Amino acid sequence: MKVAIVTFPGSNCDYDLYKCVQFIGGSPEFRWHQDSSLGNVDVVMLPGGFSYGDYLRAGAIASMSPIMEAVQIFANSGGPVLGICNGFQMLCEANLLPGALLRNESLLFSSKEVILRVENNSSIFTKSYEHHKTLRMPIAHAEGNYYADQEALDQLEKEGRVMFRYANQSGETTIESNPNGSVNNIAGIINTHGNVMGMMPHPERAVESVLGSVDGLDLFKSLLAHIVDPRPV
Amino acid sequence: MNVPSPQPRVGDPTITPELVSEHGLSSSEYEKIKEILHREPSFTELGVFSAMWSEHCGYKNSKRMLKLLPTKAPWVIQGPGENAGVIDIGDDLALVFKIESHNHPSAVEPYQGAATGVGGILRDIFTMGARPIAVLDSLRFGDLNSGRVRYLFSGVVKGVGDYGNCVGIPNIGGEVFFDKGYEGNPIVNAMCLGLMKKDSLIKGEAEGVGNLLVAVGTATGRDGIHGATFASEELTEDSQASRPQVQVGDPFTEKLLLEASLELIHSGYITGIQDMGAAGITSSASEMGGRSGNGVEINIDSVPVREPNMTPYEILLSESQERMLVVVKTGHMKDVKNILTKWELEADEIGRVTDDGLFRVTEGDQTVVAIPCLALTEDCPTYEREGEESVQIKDLRSRDLSDLDTKPSNCEEIFLGLLGSPNISSKRWIYRQYDTTVRTNTILKPGADAGVVRLRENNKAIAATTDCNGRYVYLNPRTGAKAAVAEAARNLVCVGALPMAVTNNLNFGNPLKPEIYYQFREAVLGMSEACKLFETPVTGGNVSFYNETSSTPIYPTPVIGMVGIIEDTANMTSPLFHKPGDSILLLGNNTDELGGSEYLYVVEDLVAGEPPEVDLLAERQLQHCVLAMISEGMLQSAHDLSEGGLACALAESALGNKSNQHGVDIILQDRLDPIPLFFGEAQGRILISCDQSSSSRVLQVAKNHGVPCHEIGEVVSPSDGFKIAGRTGSLEIEIEKMSDIFFNSLPSLMGKANKS
Amino acid sequence: MTRFQLEIRVVPRPGLLDPEGKAIQSGLLSLDYPDVQEVRVGKILLMELVADSPKSALDMATSMCERLLANPVTEDFQIQILEENENSE
Repeated sequence: MKVAIVTFPGSNCDYDLYKCVQFIGGSPEFRWHQDSSLGNVDVVMLPGGFSYGDYLRAGAIASMSPIMEAVQIFANSGGPVLGICNGFQMLCEANLLPGALLRNESLLFSSKEVILRVENNSSIFTKSYEHHKTLRMPIAHAEGNYYADQEALDQLEKEGRVMFRYANQSGETTIESNPNGSVNNIAGIINTHGNVMGMMPHPERAVESVLGSVDGLDLFKSLLAHIVDPRPV
Repeated sequence: MNVPSPQPRVGDPTITPELVSEHGLSSSEYEKIKEILHREPSFTELGVFSAMWSEHCGYKNSKRMLKLLPTKAPWVIQGPGENAGVIDIGDDLALVFKIESHNHPSAVEPYQGAATGVGGILRDIFTMGARPIAVLDSLRFGDLNSGRVRYLFSGVVKGVGDYGNCVGIPNIGGEVFFDKGYEGNPIVNAMCLGLMKKDSLIKGEAEGVGNLLVAVGTATGRDGIHGATFASEELTEDSQASRPQVQVGDPFTEKLLLEASLELIHSGYITGIQDMGAAGITSSASEMGGRSGNGVEINIDSVPVREPNMTPYEILLSESQERMLVVVKTGHMKDVKNILTKWELEADEIGRVTDDGLFRVTEGDQTVVAIPCLALTEDCPTYEREGEESVQIKDLRSRDLSDLDTKPSNCEEIFLGLLGSPNISSKRWIYRQYDTTVRTNTILKPGADAGVVRLRENNKAIAATTDCNGRYVYLNPRTGAKAAVAEAARNLVCVGALPMAVTNNLNFGNPLKPEIYYQFREAVLGMSEACKLFETPVTGGNVSFYNETSSTPIYPTPVIGMVGIIEDTANMTSPLFHKPGDSILLLGNNTDELGGSEYLYVVEDLVAGEPPEVDLLAERQLQHCVLAMISEGMLQSAHDLSEGGLACALAESALGNKSNQHGVDIILQDRLDPIPLFFGEAQGRILISCDQSSSSRVLQVAKNHGVPCHEIGEVVSPSDGFKIAGRTGSLEIEIEKMSDIFFNSLPSLMGKANKS
Repeated sequence: MTRFQLEIRVVPRPGLLDPEGKAIQSGLLSLDYPDVQEVRVGKILLMELVADSPKSALDMATSMCERLLANPVTEDFQIQILEENENSE
């Protein structure tokens, strides 16, 4: 599985993602934001970090980079695209996903382990997860408060395109389990076609037990399985 | 030598004794300057001397004492004198580390002060060729009941967090301490660790006559001019008005600078690199020149500026952040520019390396500065001051504490009061604002005894901690300093790391006052004694003097930043209890010592008495004992005892993981009253737990190491509560009640309960 | 070509939760300003550009706002010309 990890000035989770893809047996390659072509790859990933310092709006300036045109084309032709944290912010800014990520309700940067409930396990990213299984994964963001207007939100919910929600240990999506105020406890969503997913938590930081959790592994394994043996989902 | 004379500049003020004094120089220092130059200095030169001979850059009141510190060991590659210290950690790898302060700017503008403090220390690390892998922060503030203190505290935490998070370096630990003794003068020390291959080490030297001096990064503005001098003065009400002098940081540019610098260093196109920190271009250029024995010539018109009409004085002393000075090998400017263009950074040729040993600055075809480099660095006068202990402190120390009620009927209430005190309660509110997992190498996060990052290159890990109890140092500087080193070492062995080396941040008041210099001298002597015995040489650090407001100094606070190696990550140990049924044991002895304790401060509003005694030999035996136990895989947990004593340490081990809490059932045989028994802060103690089947083995290993060890009880299920029984008093309390106070005290105080 | 000084205001859309605005409002309340009904926090961009005419300058700025400066999902924008200087380079 050849993965293009697109890096921008200020990306700082690119290295982590690279190591993670290598770890699960994929072949990661970095692409610089100035490149106009992605090359021949199976998957595109937009890593976390502070591209352009989060100046203006998180992910805004990055979403205008030359490489994003190639990412758009790749996505529009069905190629799998995964945006993590800052990457999710970029996908929303680039209109590859609906809605926007606002400042955390607490107004504080939030760095801790959260519990996620898998809402949709039929996508190419989540096939390997059991439905409503709870996952433990770190978050580290100041602008992870997902927002979409009522129309977009209704559509997302109706079409089952919410991928993960913040929950408690018992799998209940409570206010206390929501670290940033995001609407309907939304932590990750997918596009209509099912090939572009964005999520605020960091699955690449949950792939080794020494780091505290391996719950991120199945996400990458799902992708790997899909590339090796693509089937309609 | 015959030093050329700069021509007088139009508009420069005449030098008068008042002007000299405003520049922080004494009349005898001014005479020395004239002696060195064989003439009067120009106004710009006066500014240059004022910065380089300031306390912050010149270490004039500390250098002599610092020479007493142990700095050598077979594993020390670079000791004090460079941008950071370096130790060999095996497998061709080197660990680069240092701690620095940014106290005065943080008192005036906490967010930017703290942010730029982190920025500065990061640059000190990557300037050596190492990639930063972790940061730690050591903070001190006044009483949290004051709105102003909460403002400073939240600003500093946000500054540390925003900067480190943006650059993408995990914060793996640190400490915070609140005490009226720090009112008005927060302490903000930032420590950074970096990793590199041993042979990639690059020095901050201006090698190769004819090589180019290139300024990289942001353009120079008027930020922080005289920041170095500012750091060398006490804070007054006027300091509030001095906000414009505070530097503003840009972590995004810093990240680019980091990547570009590392690429440059590994490219072979440069021979030296140094960050422009305190006193900007002046310090970086003159220090690089001084170290290599060469000279440097700078053309002020080539320095990129972002404000109009900046004078040479302003340009040379500006402390605009995120700038580096690079020495480029002749013929490679284009290659260097290519690397920098990729990272969207400016690079401007501003001068070259010369062979005349001078720090020379030209404006057009006029010379405005011509000073021998070594005069600015090596020839800075150093002083040994008068030191005399304050009578007031002597009295406080000998205060009789026997009139205290050490057998009260409300032990539970007192215990909850301590658990909820800002110095003991959970610091989650702080470190949840820090990204602790970026770079996916953090294997022990803040909240434990030390922070730990694993090395992907081998199966080892690096542990680091910052420690100092300022109250102990205040009451008895020599003992307090020894205690700081001892505590740091205990914290490292608790996670399974062998202590290797120290970086220190010495935070004190005005050294010209005999009672302060006494504290400084005694603290350095205590630190020296402990570091020698523990074989943890000091590889560098920072001195921050003049931490006083309206003549009230802070507690003397020599912060010890200590690093250690865990040979096998599988051995890493946490401070948390594991399961009901496990045996709980105490290494070390409980004593009747309450001097300088958190108990005394919280319950009696008192900072007095003799701080707990430190037996360095016993500490060393304790360290070896714990490491032996850990390497044999005997322990489930290990936790150092500090503020709040045994009861609080037990609470921390029991409650620490909110989703997996425990109770304890403890019986203590010591012939001590409940207050010193539960809350006394005797040194040399570590709380351990093990599987019941291992307890006799644990007792045997302790005996072999000559360390007192007693089985004091067992871990129980949380529903069985938290029980400690002494001979003359006991404590019994529900876990839920304790947990609520322990976790929610700080967030409630800061107005953001449960939402971070 | 004329040099224009523009003020661009980017404000959160009405109805959007503004936690920063709320925090500021409670801060003001604790300073004894109980009459503050609402606070919303936006940003001002001060821009200098050259264009043939005021309309051309405004069109350029509007396009910039639509493409980058404001997020249409969450923000509205307003543009104002503060100053113009004819015939300058």
